[in-house]
Amino acid sequence: MHDLGGLPAGPVERDEHDPGLAERRVDALMVLLMGHGVFNVDEMRRTIESLPPDIYERHDYYERWLLTIERLLIEKGVLTAEEIETRLRDQARHG
Amino acid sequence: MVEPAFKPGMMVRVRDIPVKGHMRTPAYVRGRQGWIEGLQGTFPNPERRAYGADGLPPVPLYLVRFRQSDLWPGYDGSDSLVLDIFEHWLERAEKTHGP
Repeated sequence: MHDLGGLPAGPVERDEHDPGLAERRVDALMVLLMGHGVFNVDEMRRTIESLPPDIYERHDYYERWLLTIERLLIEKGVLTAEEIETRLRDQARHG
Repeated sequence: MVEPAFKPGMMVRVRDIPVKGHMRTPAYVRGRQGWIEGLQGTFPNPERRAYGADGLPPVPLYLVRFRQSDLWPGYDGSDSLVLDIFEHWLERAEKTHGP
């Protein structure tokens, strides 16, 4: 999902909102991971562009960032998909 | 310091090369002619950095101006569009100088 310039599209949605806590956390995570050189902005762009179109369309701006962070951390060997899944399951169980 | 191949005013054509993966030049200008507006500087190649390489040597990045009427079918406005384009995407066009 990139390089959409010139393709038919609807009107631009100009709905602005103040970022919530989760969005601020995702933003902070991104800044820290890039600041510490875990990945660079071009790897981030490559990864967010390569999200499957249906997943890309289904998620909002910061959710796409979060999916991108998750993919890059797995790609870089920082976390495994299993570790993320396990943690999510534990969180869901314990609230 | 990499010596830039193009100077302001020169006509250029955007290479129409099939590229897979991360690229920084939009499809709608590929194969189109524009002219060099100026040099932005030289930067590590982001299309290589996107895959873990260091992107060196740095590549000159230009401001390239296009007539909108050269980009969009049936458009007859007189305005223009300026894009950042890296040197490896550009080649000399037949016409040597812009307006």
